[in-house]
Amino acid sequence: MAKATFKVPVLSQYPEVPAITPGSMAHSTPFQAKPEFQAALGFPGELVENWQERAIEKMGELLTRYRSLRVYLDACVKCGACTDKCHYFLGTQDPKNMPVGRQDLMRKVYRRYFTVAGRLFPKLVGAEDLTKEVLDEWYSYYHQCSQCRRCSVFCPYGIDTAEISMAAREIMDSIGVGQKYCNEIIGKVYTVGNNLGLPGPALVNTLEGLEEDVFDDTGVHVRYPIDQVGAEVLFVTPSADFFAEPHVDGLIGYGKVMHESGLSWTFSTMASEAANFGLFIGSYENMRRVALRIREAAIQLKVKRIIFGECGHAWRVGYGFLNSLAGPWDFLDPRYPVPQHICEFTWDLIQQGRLTLDKSQNDDKVLTFHDSCNVARASRMGDEAGGQFEIPRAIIRATCNHFYDMDEETIRDRTFCCGGGGGLLTDDLMELRVKGAKPRMEALNNVIQEKGVTHMAAICAICKTQFSKVLPFYGMEMDQIISLHQLVSNAIVLTPREDDDDGDEGAQSRAENADEPD
Amino acid sequence: MPFLTVLYAYLFYGAALVFVSGLTYKIVQYTLTPAPLKIPTTPAPTTRGGVVLRMTREVVLFESLFRGNKWTWMFGWLFHFGLFLVTLRHLRYFLNPVPAFIEFIQPFGVYAGFAMIVGLVGLWSRRFLVDRVRYISSRSDHLMLGLLLLLGVSGLVIHFLFHTDIVAVKTFIIGLYHFDFNPLPGDPVLLLHLALLAGLMIIFPYSKLLHAPGLFFSPTRNQVDNPRERRHLAAWASRLERS
Ligand code: HEM
Ligand code: HEM
Ligand code: SF4
Ligand code: SF4
Repeated sequence: MAKATFKVPVLSQYPEVPAITPGSMAHSTPFQAKPEFQAALGFPGELVENWQERAIEKMGELLTRYRSLRVYLDACVKCGACTDKCHYFLGTQDPKNMPVGRQDLMRKVYRRYFTVAGRLFPKLVGAEDLTKEVLDEWYSYYHQCSQCRRCSVFCPYGIDTAEISMAAREIMDSIGVGQKYCNEIIGKVYTVGNNLGLPGPALVNTLEGLEEDVFDDTGVHVRYPIDQVGAEVLFVTPSADFFAEPHVDGLIGYGKVMHESGLSWTFSTMASEAANFGLFIGSYENMRRVALRIREAAIQLKVKRIIFGECGHAWRVGYGFLNSLAGPWDFLDPRYPVPQHICEFTWDLIQQGRLTLDKSQNDDKVLTFHDSCNVARASRMGDEAGGQFEIPRAIIRATCNHFYDMDEETIRDRTFCCGGGGGLLTDDLMELRVKGAKPRMEALNNVIQEKGVTHMAAICAICKTQFSKVLPFYGMEMDQIISLHQLVSNAIVLTPREDDDDGDEGAQSRAENADEPD
Repeated sequence: MPFLTVLYAYLFYGAALVFVSGLTYKIVQYTLTPAPLKIPTTPAPTTRGGVVLRMTREVVLFESLFRGNKWTWMFGWLFHFGLFLVTLRHLRYFLNPVPAFIEFIQPFGVYAGFAMIVGLVGLWSRRFLVDRVRYISSRSDHLMLGLLLLLGVSGLVIHFLFHTDIVAVKTFIIGLYHFDFNPLPGDPVLLLHLALLAGLMIIFPYSKLLHAPGLFFSPTRNQVDNPRERRHLAAWASRLERS
């Protein structure tokens, strides 16, 4: 068990909706960004003098920019359907973590300054001035939303609290109140190229090391190229994939899949990050600036296709926004969607019979699958609605013999967030992260008890990092979370190329039962 | 001309003006505000036709609410469906001659009045009994339910207890179309019923009743899921590309 300075929730077999405990998470606030990091993103360094005026002005601007914000602030009827849907409410009991409670923090200000009823009868309709207390409350509770959109599934008008959290963060940034974690990371992307601040030479080294490891392991020369001009495919993946466990095992898997596909491919130092934290802070401009690096890399490297690695919010930006932010992509091969998800790519190869898979390689594991919010509720894979649920599961079934889903109410579009999404994956929010993971941990614990599940696969860098950190708080092991492409990596039977070492026995025996690719 | 007739005539003109202009303003505002990014809650339809179907299910069946909370769905649907039938039944006061369909549903309209009231009572009790819903309810939420409940109850009281001269009511309303003031019966319950209606029309564009038009403008529900196939760009966002 990891040590905690707060009370770790007790898991129960049947999830129950807790009674509300007002103010129970009022103390939770992330560190604020230092002035120099704010400036890099085009925000004032610290709370500006006339912040109240400026905040209202910014809110007015956003109301004309985003229909979602305008309609959602007007439409809520306080029906309560969303009140028990947020993992942060279920884990903390704080009513301001109920989606509508969170929205109301902004709605009361909206009503006061932008509606007739709120100007005339503030008490009657719950309208309030934007005071320092309200601002502090915003900072606290808009950083207790992982923008997972679970609430929007159940709201009769599809009100998406994520839209409101993003707007709140953008307003706060515009008056000089930014969150350290997100804003520093975006700064690193601008200066170094990725969230982790891994410079180009380090990446090249890491990938060379990986090639050697994979060769030692399999006897097959699997290449992990970077900055190769003229490659067919640009591969964009979250930077965590380059070295951290369990991410890197997934990256090894991507390389093996690409190897079997026979396509030339490359990573890029310019686009060495699929993640786009511009989304989390609701800043179209910053999100666009990050996304344009992918366009630049694609042009420089003269590629024909783009494939994204495993990352939830990156896939939301990639699938849903890349065309808006950095398109049009008319210079790429029109036969393939831009971008493609690695799961779409792998599944295509499997369906064409071009991957030889030995499921027994994963027989030491009993699996379940965690649907990441941004993939589940904000994107798609394949041609059919819901492909984002079916394709990863199909890949697991093709690579493993033992797979069980968690309770239906906690998967697919009703999936529970890992607790660390939306720019909250930082140690200063540990209590929130652990408590927010409770609903997912409960469902996982149930399949561990009932089905003997040993591992949970995921396709999101944030989910993987978050679970490695919080599983121990709930008495589980950090390595029970794995990359989906690690399963592919284990099961795939590699086809040797001419330059592989003939003397290696492992390669020989594997090569013998490998089919020729067509 | 009796004072009350004139008062109510102007009350209705005023309320209708507020209702129509306020609602038009909001709808124009929603229409003009862009949705710069594709944000449908997925899985979402990949075609326009699919979106029409999804929206129809939301409007007619309250599909998302059904997944969200069965009790609220049941009471909410009873209330809205009741309201819908009652409104249809009421068209007989506004249309001359009365269409056959409206004639046909007259008897159901009365049951619908009861359904509406059961729904409202159910919804209102949730605001007291469920701690989460109690927490989010403001005074206006209670008042709104009170207003609709009183509107329904007063209607039923007219129907069952204190009848009014329906023909005179209709003559009054039809007359309003061409500024021709005909006497309105002075029954207090009828006057209450009508005053409540005027109140409802006035608050409609300034309150959460905007959920009715709002639903149709909700990007998470009305967008087609096709961002890779078609480039979606708001005017303000395309200006960034030129700079
Ligand atoms: C397109 C038409 C409409 C749709 C789809 C719709 C849908 C809904 C839904 C799903 C709810 C939440 C569940 C509930 O509390 O019942 C709701 C609440 C409500 N609706 Fe509507 N509605 C529509 C039109 C109207 C109209 C015309 C009125 C009033 C004259 C109205 C009055 C209300 C009220 C007062 C509530 C809140 C009930 C409460 O306080 O619990 N709705 N509506
Ligand atoms: C100009 C608008 C309206 C007029 C002139 C009007 C008038 C009346 C009259 C005369 C009755 C008695 C019917 C009878 O005795 O058979 C009645 C009944 C009723 N009214 Fe209204 N009303 C109006 C709007 C509304 C609205 C907006 C609602 C609901 C929100 C409503 C709800 C009811 C109900 C529930 C009944 C009882 C059931 C029925 O007879 O249909 N009324 N109304
Ligand atoms: S988006 Fe997710 S984290 Fe945010 S309020 Fe909704 S359910 Fe909670
Ligand atoms: S489900 Fe939607 S309408 Fe109902 S309280 Fe929540 S946000 Fe408001």
